[in-house]
Formats: sequence, structure tokens, C-alpha cells
Amino acid sequence: MTVIDVHKDHDTHSMTITAEFDASVADVWQLWADPRLLERWWGPPTYPATFVDHHLTPDGSVTYFMTGPEGDQHHGWWRVTAVAAPHSLEFDDGFADDAGTPNPDMPVTTTKVSLTGHPDGGTRMLITSRFPSLAAMEQLVAMGMEEGLVAAMGQMDALLAA
Amino acid sequence: MFHALADATRRDIVECVLLGKSTVSSLARRYPMSFAAVQKHVAVLERAELVTKERRGREQIVRANIAAVRDASTVLDHFESLWRSRMERFGDLLAETVASEPGHPRGAAE
Repeated sequence: MTVIDVHKDHDTHSMTITAEFDASVADVWQLWADPRLLERWWGPPTYPATFVDHHLTPDGSVTYFMTGPEGDQHHGWWRVTAVAAPHSLEFDDGFADDAGTPNPDMPVTTTKVSLTGHPDGGTRMLITSRFPSLAAMEQLVAMGMEEGLVAAMGQMDALLAA
Repeated sequence: MFHALADATRRDIVECVLLGKSTVSSLARRYPMSFAAVQKHVAVLERAELVTKERRGREQIVRANIAAVRDASTVLDHFESLWRSRMERFGDLLAETVASEPGHPRGAAE
């Protein structure tokens, strides 16, 4: 089991997910640092992601789009706020229009990733995502856009698996 | 609701109508099964209140019941699922990349 803990804090609109991997910190970091690897896990198989810009540097820009089953494209962006390879990464994550321009009307989530090596060679990864407000979270789902939509479908799979 | 979604075709129908309303006949063209079989799947989803169906002339318009999908849990729960799926793919990919590294015992064995 990769995910060992999920903590949801409804008051701060945040979630922390803890996962452990049987791989070195450097190997785990590569899945964030290499856009060709990142796009293989960021989007679900039905909405694969393609990363265009990928600059993991302070104030660096990352842009991507997800392609839906009907060929529909949904653009997103990250703004890197802090990075210390291969141990930590912080970025804002938002939506963009079809030209890749950030959409100011859509909520921006803040994500912090931290990697810690175990003496036995494994790696623990903590990811904390924070929404600006409850309304922002509702908006994501209500608009039925990529994350909300995909998340809703993921939820169904989770319910079925339960 | 769980029974309604315990079928790949029905999950796909919900996913499809979440993207926008559809008709029973256009849904039927998506799957290698009869119109009647697809209609039956839509009826199961309708009973579970996951979709609504409305007759318009000769067409039956199918829409997702967004409220029901949302009520399945809170928004954070949706987000949890999103990240759990990501972590599952992350773990699988990591195992693959580590195994293919030169000098790795699993990589060398292949």
C-alpha cells in the first residue's frame, strides 16, 4: 500500500496525503522533475496530461493540459514558490484558458511536497494541498472542470472498491 | 448507487454525461451492444438518481445529476480520491523506472 495516511482538515480546507515508496529520494524526485514522467501519473488514463513548460525553479512556470476522451483539452498551470531538489517543492496550481493563460476567476490551490529518506532506503512523501476557501472547493466541482470532474469519477471508483 | 456504478459501461455513461448532456441513441453508438441494452443501463442509473432522462420528440435526453454525484461525499473526499489515484499511478511508475535502472537487480534480471 503506497498511501499510508490521509488527513483532511475541513477548517483549513486542506488535505495531507502521506505515501511511502520502496525507492530512493532521488528516484521519487525524478517523477516530479522529469516532465515526461510527471505526465504519466498527473492525469488519469481518461484525461492524460501533457506538460509544456516545466521549470522547477523559484517563480518558475509549469504549464500543462489534459486531453479528454472527446479530444477536449483542459489547461492548467503551476507557479513554483519554493524548491529544494530533491527534498521539497511548493507550487500554486490553477486553471488556464485554451491559450494557456491563467484564469483569474478560478480558484488556485497551494501544494507542498516534501520527501524524506528512510535509513533502509525507502522514501516518505508528504503532499499538502490547500484550497483558499470552501467556496473555492465547491466552485471546482460545480463547474465540472477537469479536477472536479475527474475527482468525482475517482470518488466513484473509490466507493466501488470500498 | 453502488450497484448502479458497479458496471464499467454505466460508469462510462455517467462520465460521458458529466461532460455534457447526451441522448440514449448517441450513447448506444458508443458501445458494442444493442440500443435496448444501453437503455437498460440508463434506466438503472436513472433509478439511482445519478442521471435524469427527458423525452424530447423521438430523442431521450440524458443528463448527469450533478447534485447526486456531489452528495456522494464532500469536496475534500473527491480531492482525496484524485490524489489517491495519482499516488497509485506514481507508485506503479516508480517501480517501473527503478527496475529499469542499470545495475538494479530487477533491471538486470530482465
